[in-house]
Amino acid sequence: MKIAVCLKRVPDTESRFTIAPDRVSVDTAGLKFDMSDFDGYALELALRLNEQQGGGPGEIVVLSLGPEGTQETLRKALSMGADRGIHLACEVVPFDGLAIAEALAAELGAGGQNYDLILMGRNATDTGNATVGPMTAAILGWPCVTAVSWLELKEGKGTAHRELEGFTETVEFRLPALLTIDEGIARPRLPSLKGIMAAKKKPVDSRPAALGEPRVTVQAMELPPERTGGRIVGEGPEAVPELARLLRDEAKVL
Amino acid sequence: MNCLAVAELRNGALRKVSFEVVTAARRAANAAGGGEVHALLIGGPGIGGRATELGRYGADVVAVVEHPALERYNPEVFAATAAAYLRAHPFRCGFFPASAQGRDLAPRVAGALRLGLAADVVDFEVSADVLLARHPVYIGKAMATLRLAGSPALVSLRPGAIGPVEAPAAMRVERTEPALDPGAARVAVTDLAERAAAKLDLGEAPIIVSGGRGLKAAANFRLVEELAAAFGNAAVGATRAVTDDGWRPATDQIGQTGRLVSPQLYVAVGISGAIQHLAGMRTSKVIVAINRDKDAPIMKLADYAIVGDLFEIVPRLTEEIRKVRAGQ
Ligand SMILES: Cc1cc2nc3c(=O)[nH]c(=O)nc-3n(C[C@H](O)[C@H](O)[C@H](O)COP(=O)(O)OP(=O)(O)OC[C@H]3O[C@@H](n4cnc5c(N)ncnc54)[C@H](O)[C@@H]3O)c2cc1C
Ligand SMILES: Nc1ncnc2c1ncn2[C@@H]1O[C@H](COP(=O)(O)O)[C@@H](O)[C@H]1O
Repeated sequence: MKIAVCLKRVPDTESRFTIAPDRVSVDTAGLKFDMSDFDGYALELALRLNEQQGGGPGEIVVLSLGPEGTQETLRKALSMGADRGIHLACEVVPFDGLAIAEALAAELGAGGQNYDLILMGRNATDTGNATVGPMTAAILGWPCVTAVSWLELKEGKGTAHRELEGFTETVEFRLPALLTIDEGIARPRLPSLKGIMAAKKKPVDSRPAALGEPRVTVQAMELPPERTGGRIVGEGPEAVPELARLLRDEAKVL
Repeated sequence: MNCLAVAELRNGALRKVSFEVVTAARRAANAAGGGEVHALLIGGPGIGGRATELGRYGADVVAVVEHPALERYNPEVFAATAAAYLRAHPFRCGFFPASAQGRDLAPRVAGALRLGLAADVVDFEVSADVLLARHPVYIGKAMATLRLAGSPALVSLRPGAIGPVEAPAAMRVERTEPALDPGAARVAVTDLAERAAAKLDLGEAPIIVSGGRGLKAAANFRLVEELAAAFGNAAVGATRAVTDDGWRPATDQIGQTGRLVSPQLYVAVGISGAIQHLAGMRTSKVIVAINRDKDAPIMKLADYAIVGDLFEIVPRLTEEIRKVRAGQ
């Protein structure tokens, strides 16, 4: 199968964030970057789908939109086993999912590529939007299933599971399709030394991103309001009556 | 100007998030100089009977779309129908629940109409031409204020972030048709299976009691379940440490890679408060932590914390909550 996997390069969520002087973004100096969590699952799924298929003609193309450093993330994906990379270059990645989707769709929808599947993460860990996938599908006019937690493909058709609140939804769809991938479907492998060597010879094309006009912009970025937390009611079971009183009379949640 | 709320059903009943989006639309319509609230209700035959419930929260018009093939969610038909309704009426804003279904639906609609969408919003402000929306980013480590210019501005609202407020309206029902033949959809929901027993869902429960590795063994989750039962309106959550070990189903996991919740009260039992867990619950209104380590990160975040052995504290708390509730 020919599969495209869209990867976003994001700051490590373990980082301690501070607000940049522009007040509309976080300070990226000193942050570690890597592919977004769910994108790792999407890539691993793509690798397994083609390995299971065995021998047949398959290609995994990884696509990432972002500044210079994005190429590093693409290299990592190549070292995990993807075949080639496409870097859509821009200086600043817009917050707006639609602006990104327009650029990804322009690349993925360009003639003669014949992807069977386009995979993305359920959401990027920086924006937490979960919009780029379905928006890209809407622009391309492709069938789309979001937050896929289980997948089976057979004869041009697919069956997927989605976890809803308290329910599991089964969805059937036709290929080609765009899927966004939930956690847990396939734990991403670590790049092997052999993979890292091989990746050096794999091609990465870089071209300017055809970003759409953003409809949503960041007006302000703040650290979350400090919780006035840290109040120790007491130690051991003796503190319980006081806690219950506070929950009833002060917090009014009982 | 008028505002739209897209309602959500599960097995033919309105979900609480439906009333939340209607409340938000009411608030937005009032702020945008007054106007009508339209609620879009798509479902199987007879679903129009639910319209009065939406009127109670301030829907002036309930646009009902009934079709035998739409008893279950159909992403393409729902998206085409919502898009057509937004195209046909001049709305100031459109609100979707940021539930599992709404997070699938809203970006499809926004993509089809090439409209801006602020997703997973916890609060908003609307004026004549600008909508400002608060949305947690970097797994809740920062808060962005998003700006959407022009109409309609689309928003998906995090469940529980804006509580439903009754505002009875003289509601009228208008019937419309699906904008896409369900038979032509390329994606179909073929099954909806309930997981485990019908318990309060994490997204809807006003109280969540969550357990972590401090419980030591799967069987000890009984303590957490009993505390939840004492509250009467609580759901049980868990950390990834616990779901990874199979003590609880993966669907109970709260955090960066699990559910994002904002209950009125969140009780963390034997949970250290790793950043990935906090990402899923830090917007809770009141947080209680029970941990023997007074320096655990959750203790810094909690509004009320008790230091000590959970095996002694939790049964005592269960007893105390039962007492308080019995006296009410
Ligand atoms: C990419 C990624 C994504 C992740 N996503 C999530 C996620 O979505 N959700 C999530 O929860 N985690 C997630 N994690 C895991 C997270 O980092 C933590 O490992 C996990 O949350 C820890 O769970 P815990 O608090 O139950 O366990 P621990 O950290 O082991 O904490 C146990 C706590 O119990 C206390 N304790 C022990 N015994 C007692 C006792 N007798 N009485 C009172 N207190 C006691 C201890 O003091 C301790 O604070 C993720 C990790 C990664 C790397
Ligand atoms: N700049 C980007 N480059 C490549 N893929 C992206 C980019 N931004 C988002 N995506 C894809 O879209 C998914 C959802 O992102 P979001 O809608 O921002 O939560 C990500 O997990 C990626 O698969």
